[in-house]
Amino acid sequence: MQYTRTVEALKQGTVIDHIPAGQGVNILRLFKLAETGERITVGLNLSSRHMGAKDIIKVENVALTEEQANELALFAPKATVNVIDNFEVVKKHKLELPESIEGIFACPNSNCISHAEPVKSFFSVRAQAKDIKMKCKYCEKVFSKDIVAVVR
Amino acid sequence: MANPLYRKHIISIPDFSREELELVVETAGKLKRNPRNDLLQGKLVGSCFFEPSTRTRLSFETAVQRLGGDIIGFADGGNTSAKKGETLADSIKIISSYADAVVMRHPKEGAARLASEFSSVPVINGGDGSNQHPTQTLLDLFTIRETQGTLENLTIAFVGDLKYGRTVHSLTQALSLFGARFYFVAPEQLAMPDYICEELDEKGIEYTLVDSLDDVIPLVDIMYMTRVQRERFDEAEFKKIQGQFVLRADMLKSARTNMKVMHPLPRVDEITVDVDATPHAYYFEQAKNGVYARQALLSLVLNETV
Repeated sequence: MQYTRTVEALKQGTVIDHIPAGQGVNILRLFKLAETGERITVGLNLSSRHMGAKDIIKVENVALTEEQANELALFAPKATVNVIDNFEVVKKHKLELPESIEGIFACPNSNCISHAEPVKSFFSVRAQAKDIKMKCKYCEKVFSKDIVAVVR
Repeated sequence: MANPLYRKHIISIPDFSREELELVVETAGKLKRNPRNDLLQGKLVGSCFFEPSTRTRLSFETAVQRLGGDIIGFADGGNTSAKKGETLADSIKIISSYADAVVMRHPKEGAARLASEFSSVPVINGGDGSNQHPTQTLLDLFTIRETQGTLENLTIAFVGDLKYGRTVHSLTQALSLFGARFYFVAPEQLAMPDYICEELDEKGIEYTLVDSLDDVIPLVDIMYMTRVQRERFDEAEFKKIQGQFVLRADMLKSARTNMKVMHPLPRVDEITVDVDATPHAYYFEQAKNGVYARQALLSLVLNETV
């Protein structure tokens, strides 16, 4: 059987692979990748030997920072992030949970002061047993990551 | 060397070290024994109550004036520019340019922390929504030390609404620094939140969930009562639990002689009036101690040494 590439190789940029199927679109929105104006290739529900189905994102000419890669860990802890230069992988980010995350997610507590004021949201992040807990710096409420890390 | 609370914001109990809590408690004791009228001389404190409060506001204002300081402020956010849509950030920038410290209460959680980021002077949290009320915890700690002679290794029962009671949460966190042992006596619907129990588990601190008040009376040094609010239940449910978490004088026969009953007040019917006359009742003295604890805090925040 003839093998065909479903996604074209990237000359320069970032490949985010092994994203759990369904999270690819969230990640595009989280990092506002479409707004970069760069050429982006997105694969959804591709078959994966390890994951069954996965999503993949390739962005040309954008190198994801360490900090962004760690924020990604909240959605897709097993994703791989490779920075490509001239068709070569020049950096493989190892995803680690960030200690804190600023300005991305709104606090789920509707009575939290952060909603109506000129401040960025801020959560400290902590792994606890099988869950990831996020604590709002302002209202001090602790939430499970699935409640906070939602792209609205 | 300046005391560790000098020019610090006072926002939340978990921000305090054990030594800082002890410093406030000791200073409150000194000021109760030897009142001072000079520690805030020449200082102006902004008292900003965006939400009405009686005890907290009056005891702060009493504390400032007894120490020789002056007060500016408001008792109700309805008459301020917050009503016109000004952000809290802007209000605090301006108020902090007038005063030497800002005491504030606000209906939204996190308000004091946010204010501290925009204030040029120390902010003292007098309650932010359902989140923190650190000066209540400080006066509770002072009262416990006053009645027991120590904060170490005490046994404390918290009774009533442990789910929504912010005073209970902060006091539990504070006492866990001193090796306390806890009994939590509450209806299932108002049980201590998981996050507090998890914190205690992580620190290896012993606590027991109990559903009968009688069982714990002989075991404890402090019985901390709180109000179970009728509006949290439907009528039938309330009838079922009503009475289960009420303390009466005749129940106190088995209590230790050193045992004191505390309550953040206002009480409704969870402590019957006949308890007031027993040597165990201490809630009114506790409310009075609010002035000393707040005096201690203001003095430490506004003076390098006290």
